[in-house]
Amino acid sequence: MSNPTNLKYTASHEWVKTEADGTITVGITQHAQELLGDMVFVEAPAAGRKLKAKEECAVVESVKAAADVYAPVSGTVTAVNGDLDSAPEKINSDPYGSWIFKMKPDSAADVAALLDAAAYQAVVDSEAH
Amino acid sequence: MTTLKQTPLNAAHRAMGAKMVDFGGWDMPVNYGSQIDEHHQVRNDCGMFDVCHMRVVDAKGDGVRAFLRYLLANNADKITVPGKALYSAMLRPDGHVIDDLIIYFMTEQWFRIVVNAGTADKDIAWMKEQAATHAPKLTITSRDDLAMVAIQGPNARAKVWQVLPQTKAATENLVNFQAADCGEYFVARTGYTGEDGFEVMLPKEKVESFWYELNKVGVKPIGLGARDTLRLEAGMNLYGQDMDETVGPLESGLGWTVDLKSERDFIGKAALLTNPPTKKLVGLVLLDRGVLRGHQKVKTPHGDGEITSGSFSPTLEKSIALARVPNEVQVGDSVQVEIRDKLLNAKVVKYPFARNGKGLIS
Repeated sequence: MSNPTNLKYTASHEWVKTEADGTITVGITQHAQELLGDMVFVEAPAAGRKLKAKEECAVVESVKAAADVYAPVSGTVTAVNGDLDSAPEKINSDPYGSWIFKMKPDSAADVAALLDAAAYQAVVDSEAH
Repeated sequence: MTTLKQTPLNAAHRAMGAKMVDFGGWDMPVNYGSQIDEHHQVRNDCGMFDVCHMRVVDAKGDGVRAFLRYLLANNADKITVPGKALYSAMLRPDGHVIDDLIIYFMTEQWFRIVVNAGTADKDIAWMKEQAATHAPKLTITSRDDLAMVAIQGPNARAKVWQVLPQTKAATENLVNFQAADCGEYFVARTGYTGEDGFEVMLPKEKVESFWYELNKVGVKPIGLGARDTLRLEAGMNLYGQDMDETVGPLESGLGWTVDLKSERDFIGKAALLTNPPTKKLVGLVLLDRGVLRGHQKVKTPHGDGEITSGSFSPTLEKSIALARVPNEVQVGDSVQVEIRDKLLNAKVVKYPFARNGKGLIS
């Protein structure tokens, strides 16, 4: 599966989708879910929480390991995906359809400065060596 | 950069789509897709594990039983029927655990020993050192010419007989924890999953074709990820996590394997008798949402403890753990586990958590 070109990415393996109203939706990438394996637990940040860019704000746990999810940019959490409470494995089957939280970024420019699909793929490739 | 060691099945794992990881210096398959599917595959049908990294050791000569009686915490005198196996800890003089292992009684001149991968060299050095003093005529041989595959699950034995029909007569009446020497194939009704099955030792050069033959009759490869959740559900210790050279067997849930009743002396016995344990190993089931992991702190009314192994149990669909806690903690007690910045509620339970396809915790 290739990384959708309509999304932005971080070097810490989050994907970011900009919505029409300027909020962003955040999940973890195909590469990240593949590294972690079968997902069994997701802990999302509380709505209303203010986040700084690169702050640890969520945790995804597979059978194998726990991994932190980082805020891609600074902003405020506006919603969390409650569906993942009972079905965390959706992250494995559909990583780009399984968002973890939404946030209102402090600055749209911060979002624009994130990695594009090609730049993110370069990060993944460099980690493979 | 160090080169990872490879088993003779390395190419087969890659051909079967394994995700490979560094496991104690070995390049091993962690899964071939979904670790949870592999777990259920073993509980409900059968699967095969590459355990070539484990080491087979043969102890041969007159007096081998007497030597093992002194070397090990469990009593080699318990096994008198040929092929019978015994699980034991091997202790240092201070009572701490060098390794856990299985010995098979074959004849009064031959016991076979299977030890863990990461401890094999240290174990063999220790055995030879002890033999030099207590049984100088024994030969202790690391069988580096042998490979080992574990086939586990309710249908495992039937599948092995499909591939190795010549071993069926000698192995169909084996009881649990008994082996038969079938020439090139040494077939033991043992395992590390809590399911029925065999562990088969065979010449290294034959293991790849054996692996593919098993796969042809429907035995799926299972990675180390599922091996860990299967053994944890079955309440089986993992050396290096649940016990090591800093703790004794009595605080590691291995009291049942330590024979302190007989007159027999063994290495570590005096230390165990003079230092009774203040902690013990218990099972935990997490009541809140989250996942228990090794080294998380356990808060109890009798003092703190620590998780030694924790994961998600695919059979129970809950998080479970083994934890070392103060002796006063009892089954049924409520405790709290520190996970990141939170205290989550867990219940102390009797383990195993699951065996023979079924969960044992309600």
